[in-house]
Amino acid sequence: MIPTSYYLALSAILFAIGVAGVLLRRNAIILFMSIELMLNSANLVFVAYSRQFGTLDGQIMVFFVMTVAAAEVAVGLALIVTIYNSKASIDVDDASTLKG
Amino acid sequence: MIMSDLNLVATLPLLFLSTWACGLLLVSLWIPKDRTHISGWLACLGLIVTIVLVVFSPEVPQEAFGGMLAIDGFSMLLHLLFLGSGILSTLLALNYLKQHDIERGEFYPLLLFSVIGMMIMAMAKDLIVVFLSLELLSIPLYVLAGFARTRTGSQESALKYFLLGAFSSAFQVYGIALVYGATQSTSFENISKSIALQGSTLLLLAGIGLVIVGFCFKVAAVPFHMWTPDVYEGAPSVVTAFMSVGAKAAGFAALIRVFFGAFELVVVEWAPLMAIFAILSTIVGNISAISQKSIKRMLAYSSIAHAGYLFVAIVAGGQGDSSDFAASAVVFYLFAYALTNIGAWAIVMALEKKDDIGTAISDYAGLARSNPRLGVAMTIFILSLTGLPPTMGFVAKFYVFRAALNVGYTWLVIVGVITVLISAYYYLRIIVLMWMRDGAEIDSAPMPLNFVVGLTAVTTLVFGILPGPVLVLLEKSIQGLF
Amino acid sequence: MFDLVPLILLFPVFGLLTNLIFGRNLSERLVGIIASGSSAAAFVISVIQVFALANNNFHAETVFIADWITIGKMYLPWQMRVDTLSVTMMVLVTGVGTLIHVYAIGYMHGDKRFARFFVYMNLFVVMMLVLVAADNYLMLFVGWEGVGICSYLLIGFWYDRGDNNLGNARAGRKAFVVNRIGDFGFLIAIFMMFGAVGSLQFDDVLHFFENHEIEVSQLATTITLLLLVGAAGKSAQIPLFVWLPDAMAGPTPVSALIHAATMVTAGIYMMVRSAPIYAIAPLSQMTVALLGAGTALMAGTIALAQWDIKRVLAYSTISQLGFMVAAVGLGAHVAAMFHLITHAFFKALLFLSAGSVIHGIEHGAHKSDDHFDPQDMRNMGGLKDKMKTTFSVYVIGAMALAGIFPLAGFWSKDEILADAWHVGAVEGHWHGMTVYILLALAAVITAFYMTRQIILVFFGSSRSAAADNATENPPIMTVPLIGLAILSVIGGGINLPWFHTLGSWLEHTHHFFHGIDFNLAIALISTGLAVTSIIVGFIVYHRRPLESSTAPDPLRSVLGPGLKFLYNKWYIDELYSATFIRLYEWKARFLAFQVDWVFWHDFVHDQIILKSFKNAAAILSGPVDKSGINKFFDGLAYSVQNIAVKVLRPLQTGYVRNYALGVMLGVVMVLGIILIN
Repeated sequence: MIPTSYYLALSAILFAIGVAGVLLRRNAIILFMSIELMLNSANLVFVAYSRQFGTLDGQIMVFFVMTVAAAEVAVGLALIVTIYNSKASIDVDDASTLKG
Repeated sequence: MIMSDLNLVATLPLLFLSTWACGLLLVSLWIPKDRTHISGWLACLGLIVTIVLVVFSPEVPQEAFGGMLAIDGFSMLLHLLFLGSGILSTLLALNYLKQHDIERGEFYPLLLFSVIGMMIMAMAKDLIVVFLSLELLSIPLYVLAGFARTRTGSQESALKYFLLGAFSSAFQVYGIALVYGATQSTSFENISKSIALQGSTLLLLAGIGLVIVGFCFKVAAVPFHMWTPDVYEGAPSVVTAFMSVGAKAAGFAALIRVFFGAFELVVVEWAPLMAIFAILSTIVGNISAISQKSIKRMLAYSSIAHAGYLFVAIVAGGQGDSSDFAASAVVFYLFAYALTNIGAWAIVMALEKKDDIGTAISDYAGLARSNPRLGVAMTIFILSLTGLPPTMGFVAKFYVFRAALNVGYTWLVIVGVITVLISAYYYLRIIVLMWMRDGAEIDSAPMPLNFVVGLTAVTTLVFGILPGPVLVLLEKSIQGLF
Repeated sequence: MFDLVPLILLFPVFGLLTNLIFGRNLSERLVGIIASGSSAAAFVISVIQVFALANNNFHAETVFIADWITIGKMYLPWQMRVDTLSVTMMVLVTGVGTLIHVYAIGYMHGDKRFARFFVYMNLFVVMMLVLVAADNYLMLFVGWEGVGICSYLLIGFWYDRGDNNLGNARAGRKAFVVNRIGDFGFLIAIFMMFGAVGSLQFDDVLHFFENHEIEVSQLATTITLLLLVGAAGKSAQIPLFVWLPDAMAGPTPVSALIHAATMVTAGIYMMVRSAPIYAIAPLSQMTVALLGAGTALMAGTIALAQWDIKRVLAYSTISQLGFMVAAVGLGAHVAAMFHLITHAFFKALLFLSAGSVIHGIEHGAHKSDDHFDPQDMRNMGGLKDKMKTTFSVYVIGAMALAGIFPLAGFWSKDEILADAWHVGAVEGHWHGMTVYILLALAAVITAFYMTRQIILVFFGSSRSAAADNATENPPIMTVPLIGLAILSVIGGGINLPWFHTLGSWLEHTHHFFHGIDFNLAIALISTGLAVTSIIVGFIVYHRRPLESSTAPDPLRSVLGPGLKFLYNKWYIDELYSATFIRLYEWKARFLAFQVDWVFWHDFVHDQIILKSFKNAAAILSGPVDKSGINKFFDGLAYSVQNIAVKVLRPLQTGYVRNYALGVMLGVVMVLGIILIN
């Protein structure tokens, strides 16, 4: 059986990639995908531990996280579409009129 | 899980409001465009009925959903806070939406869903519930922030709020995962037991650290505050009023539940962190507010500073008896802040015209003369925000500082008081503007707005002068919970 | 039925709020009906409380209204106490209050601040009821201060009248300031009680003193003396009585209600309430008794020489309050309360009748267009045929006050004298005898000055055109007078010596409240003295009536310069002015001009601070500034603003990525701190 620590390492790597994506990319969709990546890396941790402990709690949590992520997608994409409608761009740096 | 564990009776207010909100979402489709205010009144009705249900709910404390939700004095008080601010925001929305041509029926159900999220958050006894309720309250808020979808400011505000909110909740989920890994459970009770057995591990601490992040983002604590001014400025004012109060209160409610409940035993690890948030938030929030020209941004920074003061009380948590005191101090502060802030935003709405005209601080010149009622009310709100007697804000600050003094954080209180002095600089500037400068005439405000302003002003003043009954109620409700 | 008791506050509150909000738009009649009606409703509730107590075996009951103060172990609820003592006062206050309200509808007719008057009156009733219904000393104090503020407002009700158009306002201020001295003593007493007992509830405090008799007698003495200071302020005793005569500047219904019947008796009520503390402090009791008796006599002598019809009554009130205070000091609490009640009847009657006289004269003055003082008795005379009702009720009131059998005043005054005699002769305390003599003398003088007043006002021939044209007042004024007159006649019935109705009623509040047996000798002596005094008065004033309004008092030939001394009130005001007020004013002036202006402003401020600032500034702006560290010396505000503008604002770039970076840095910070810690 693959030790839990391997899963943890993988999830940490995925999480870091997600963070990096959010910090470095400017395309709103990509940003959004990076956030999904972070959420899923958390899911990996849940599943890994759940398997290790032999309890279901972690797996249930995964379902909830996925549901929430789906809801966020719905809202997020709608927002991005509206912005695209008015600016013809989904570059998040274009959305910087509010500052100071 | 057996049915009796569900304890649906105890969650009746919640169930009712959820049903009502779903129903309202459907009904609002059938309501003609020009009569959207009917949805508003229906939402109001639902909230009022829920308040009645909360007030007359069976004896506390109880548990529901197999111990995932706690129904006790603490949650009931916060429910009243959320429902109350929901009602006030709904009333404010009736005219605001119309005036800004964004009157659409789905506004009210969204607001109700957000309220439900807040309510669940205050009852959470499990990290899963914390996460779910946090999202339930946030997602409608993302939509509401972008509710004026043709205005770039509103769009931008929603996008920023959404991206950063999702970003930080990703951190939080990861944190929950780590805590789960460290303690084998997500329920507060078991987490606490497990910590008692094995002490603090690196994994647990990392998890705790990440869980804090999510809360700090919601309550707008420095350094997770940067979204706040932009979102507050861009979002429709009525949404800002609601979220600045509700989201902050819900965040602190869950923070208290999690940290005074689950992580109580590792208080030495997290208390200094809270102190740092307190200091950073009060200093950065207050200093940034000084240079603002827009009242909305100023209030945003002031909201950041207020999060800092609330953290001052949080540091006193997790330490036996002082926990209860800290929790009641926080709840009182939240009530004071809710009343004051909704009132202040109501006045912002009264002066705001389309396209962000009338939101500059300089527009407040002469308000006390052109519209004395609003002027006096705004003065009360400003005094309360500053924390001067005889307003609730003063009593709230007093109790928060006392909570910190109880556990020996004298230096923290000193910093707090100094920042209060700094804040007086920009708050009182508005009073000076309102009373001593001349300005343009102000149109008289609509009836519901006047009602909200009057109610909040009077309450702020009355409970500032006579805080006794509220404090007794708090003490009775919260005693022995933490 | 006890649950109804909050209503006695709510009714007048409702009345005052209604008149406050809508009063200006309502007719006089409606305003009057609302105010009197709410007071009458409170009266009904008070009477119901009597029956409630009877049903409850006369046991005291407390009715909780709300939490008030909870700090540490100090817990003070807003709670009303219903026991025989408080109910007695409630019935009295609301009953007499209602009659006076009705009378005031007529008396204040046409006043431009009609509604405001009734707002104040209702407010007064509320506050007085808070005072008597209080269940703890602090709530009592709230009522105490509340009636004080009403008194102040009502004394100065016609603030634009009086000497230099300021006289009435000054009178109000005087009452307020003098009362403040009394309140100071009362407050300190409350603090000390709390310090010793840890509670301010009557039950706790009084039981504490009853149970720790020996250990705390020193403390009890201090507290009771301080309470006496409070009572002396409110109930106008030596040395603080000076405010009450001036308080007559208020409208006459106010003088009747506040400055004769109810508020001024608050001090006596408070001391009766605190009786268990006095019981273990004999020194205080003696002081109280002597002070009261002294006041009774002194005020009586002053009343002899006054010309103003209301001032005579004012000094008479002080004198009668002295009787009550003396009774409290003698431990004759029942007698004190008895006299308090009967006095409320006949003194309210006298004041209202005096008001009726003044009103009638003013009415006459309007016709003859005569500028003169309508309260000066030298301008009256011969009114007995012109104002028949007023005359008859006035005589009843005066006879009750003089203590003529079988009117109310006879029974109550006699009981006090009998008590004094008992303490002096039977128990053998010297102060008892002294008190008896002083009070007996005061009673003689009382009968005399009342005779003088009646003759000057009603007999003889009229000495001014106004008195010539005086007419009787409308029934709205005379009917309450008749009601009070009936009470003054039969009021003694509540505590006839053979039945002790009041005594056994009050006994349920404190077990040692009880009446004294009838002493025929004492009764005969005092009646004899009073009758003699009336006859002498008749001889002096009726056989040789005043010729004109400028004629001297016939007493002058007897008393000579003594009369002037009495007329000038023993020069007490002048004494206070010379000792306290001048000194105080001198001190204030010294502080203001010498200390603040010359020393502080001119010297410290201008010379030291300003100069050193200027010098420092010169140094800084000269050498320091040039070397380029100017910023360092800039004000804090500036640097704070600088941080805001130069550091924090640029951070807020508006770019989501930057904000996300901020979040990330926060995460790193949090993890760093929590993991390294």
